[in-house]
Amino acid sequence: MSMNLHLRIWRQKNSKAKGQFVSYEAKAISPDMSFLEMLDVVNEDLISQNQEPIAFESDCREGICGACSLVINGIAHGPDSGTTACQLHMRRFKDGDTITVEPWRAKAFSPIKDLVVDRSAFDRIMQAGGFVSVNTGSAPDGNTIPISKVHADLAFDAAACIGCGACVAACKNASAMLFVGAKVSQLMHLPQGQPERQQRVQAMIMKMDEEGFGSCTNTQECEAVCPKEISTRVITELNREFVRAQL
Amino acid sequence: MFLDAKIPSGPLADKWNHYKDASKPINPANKRKYHIIVVGTGLAGASAAASLGELGFRVSTFCFQDSPRRAHSIAAQGGINAAKNYRNDGDSVHRLFYDTIKGGDFRAREANVYRLAQLSVNIIDQCVAQGVPFAREYGGLLDNRSFGGSLVSRTFYARGQTGQQLLLGAYGALNRQIAAGTVKSHPRTEMQDLIMVDGHAKGIIVRNLVTGEMTAHTGDAVVLATGGYGPVFYLSTNAIGCNVTATYRAFKQGALFANPCYTQIHPTCIPQSGDHQSKLTLMSESLRNDGRVWVPKQKSDKRAAHQIPEEERDYYLERKYPSYGNLAPRDIASRAAKQVCDEGRGIGPGGRGVFLDFSDAIKRLGKDVISARYSNLFHMYQKITDEDPFELPMRIYPASHYTMGGLWVDYELMSTIPGLFVLGEANFSDHGANRLGASALMQGLADGYFVLPNTISGYLNQIKPNSIKDTDAKCKQTAIDAADDVHRLMSIQGKRSPDFFHRELGKIMWNDCGMARTEKGLQNALSQIPALREEFWKDVRVTGSDLEMNPVLEKALRVADFLEFAELLCHDALQRRESCGGHFREEYQTQDGEAKRNDEDFCYVAAWEYKGSKQKPELHKEPLQFENIALAQRSYQ
Ligand SMILES: Cc1cc2nc3c(=O)[nH]c(=O)nc-3n(C[C@H](O)[C@H](O)[C@H](O)COP(=O)(O)OP(=O)(O)OC[C@H]3O[C@@H](n4cnc5c(N)ncnc54)[C@H](O)[C@@H]3O)c2cc1C
Ligand code: FES
Repeated sequence: MSMNLHLRIWRQKNSKAKGQFVSYEAKAISPDMSFLEMLDVVNEDLISQNQEPIAFESDCREGICGACSLVINGIAHGPDSGTTACQLHMRRFKDGDTITVEPWRAKAFSPIKDLVVDRSAFDRIMQAGGFVSVNTGSAPDGNTIPISKVHADLAFDAAACIGCGACVAACKNASAMLFVGAKVSQLMHLPQGQPERQQRVQAMIMKMDEEGFGSCTNTQECEAVCPKEISTRVITELNREFVRAQL
Repeated sequence: MFLDAKIPSGPLADKWNHYKDASKPINPANKRKYHIIVVGTGLAGASAAASLGELGFRVSTFCFQDSPRRAHSIAAQGGINAAKNYRNDGDSVHRLFYDTIKGGDFRAREANVYRLAQLSVNIIDQCVAQGVPFAREYGGLLDNRSFGGSLVSRTFYARGQTGQQLLLGAYGALNRQIAAGTVKSHPRTEMQDLIMVDGHAKGIIVRNLVTGEMTAHTGDAVVLATGGYGPVFYLSTNAIGCNVTATYRAFKQGALFANPCYTQIHPTCIPQSGDHQSKLTLMSESLRNDGRVWVPKQKSDKRAAHQIPEEERDYYLERKYPSYGNLAPRDIASRAAKQVCDEGRGIGPGGRGVFLDFSDAIKRLGKDVISARYSNLFHMYQKITDEDPFELPMRIYPASHYTMGGLWVDYELMSTIPGLFVLGEANFSDHGANRLGASALMQGLADGYFVLPNTISGYLNQIKPNSIKDTDAKCKQTAIDAADDVHRLMSIQGKRSPDFFHRELGKIMWNDCGMARTEKGLQNALSQIPALREEFWKDVRVTGSDLEMNPVLEKALRVADFLEFAELLCHDALQRRESCGGHFREEYQTQDGEAKRNDEDFCYVAAWEYKGSKQKPELHKEPLQFENIALAQRSYQ
């Protein structure tokens, strides 16, 4: 049942070095392994040959922390829709396949090493306004703010974003509109988000532009790769909110 | 050593208010003078840092991930408890307090747990105000569900992503303070040591995970919110970066480590599928609301689940614990699963699994209802196993999940090192020998939002701010010592990867110090661990250089600490000659195989003191007093 695979993996010593693809063989891979476990096997092998293993990010390995960030065969997070790389399993591949693995590539995400890039621009966008300003201790009882299930669900669908950056990696303009839209949408559907509604959208969009993310030209690639299947509805909402804020 | 828990006087229900009334706040203009170091930005660390920033303190946060939003807390699925009694089903602060003390098998401090239950209601309010999208009913009000170890419905949730939504709420509050300039965030840094000056915690040494540089960061107090040590078993439901380094290094600097042997093995995880496995995935306990746990009555029954007729199935939790049934607490459910598998009635590969079956619930409620409740969990299960839980029952097996033990703290959450505070899973407080579901999120946020901001002034009032600089000799020396550890590891140039040693350690711990422990097994572990550690220091191979991003080095540093810490855990398990909660000693069980506590001799917190690398740690005891709840044998029957 086990497979042998040919890998072409992007190696880059650091942000200044020039990167290149390097070929590796992954041997005796079980279909039950996750994609990252397959890379673990390759890395163990590299260590045993006294070579430096491939650097990539992961933590939760269950599709929720947003750390893993691999472009697999040209697709952010690989071929399964609604799935992070850590939840992609090797049964999706066949014995003898060649698999290409690259980092997120975008101007705003500078390379760090191999498959690891710097996504701190996302944090800075959130710092610009992706929150409700409420100090600890001052909140009223939770049930004094009823929220219709419809709005709660819409807010939740947007709040599911894990901040992985696949949307940016997939977009030919490296736009972060899905990411920013998700936060703006979550908070605009909730009463708690109303007081800061206008300044939030303006500040976040300004920061997004400043960080070097591109503009959206509606190719919808972001939605196609989003592991949480966040809909481009949030981009429509973001645009609407932005216009509304200018009025 | 006398361990003063500093429990305020007065009736249980008034202690926290009395404490706050008696405390002396710091003048707002002076708060700015204090710099507080917060290590960890999970629920506990992020909520603490944000709240301290709001109060006007200067705060620096540290985490090893690339962003505070990725802390392990993000993975919590099921929910968070609060004694709101929105359901009118008889819940109250007292009931939550009682359930938590009983769930912890009477090994937690009453005063701490009562405060936790009181604060639980404020947490929900705070999170709702931040825009956390909790599940709602059609009328627009907050929804609840039930969790193990409780007969009332008090668990608030956000689909199967409660931890994510709560963490993003705290991350938002933190971001607001970063933007306001009160908090400075240092992601991709790993704490390597604690800086001690005249017996007080005054800062930390961190390794920059991108450049490899070791730097000192000093402050007037240090807060550790660095999570649990579940991966001491190698495989666990924790994120793979979870580690014991920060708390263990603090232990070596003099902080006592309490109850390390209280580890929680969660009953509902996806069974291991092979040796390649890097982690085990939890299937939230909330599934036990609708799923029924069973195994075949017959041994080595190889038939598919649907071929086994009803009368040949053993719904063993419902049989043994008729009143709690499938919602029996975790330690009990885990041991019961182990027991049926030991009897040869386990299912799936290697006979290490039991069924969690939704077919009755699907018949009763329809596929849509079940799907609305658990779709993301079902989806995750199918991704991993390639089996559809709507068609086949899930296969589950226990796995290391949570660690109740941690650094000893008093009522103010201060460790035995003055100026060192410990929050969240990293401390030992509140859960005793077993944690109930949906109580970790509650504790982390109670510690961070409400407890620490009210207790830290007590310490700060006694010291002079800014007494040390990052460039002082003491800081330099601690940084040099930490760098020496790194160089020592790099220079071994052995043959085996750090992961190899971690896996070996995991095997020892799971076999000899896992769900069932014996004197003999623990002695065995205590002889094997030092041998493995010695081999590690002779034969580990760390590739690359230390002055760059180096995941192998990061792993080696963590494994080195696990290899020492594991021994402490086993010493603790050995001295506790009783069974309680997650700590089950086979020698001490009732006739029906339940944990048999020994309140006469073991009703204490075991707090260990580091005595040097070749010495056995020294045990100190904090006796536990139960004034409001009568000590009783836990029964869920
Ligand atoms: C799969 C899963 C599901 C769970 N579900 C629930 C649930 O439904 N309900 C519930 O109540 N509980 C649940 N829990 C438990 C709960 O999630 C955790 O106990 C809790 O989130 C821990 O929070 P924390 O803030 O203490 O630590 P963590 O969230 O673990 O954060 C630790 C922080 O410390 C940092 N850190 C660690 N070491 C270092 C170091 N050396 N240097 C610098 N930084 C460091 C990390 O970067 C991170 O920021 C679950 C746990 C798991 C594993
Ligand atoms: S490792 Fe957390 S989402 Fe993949």
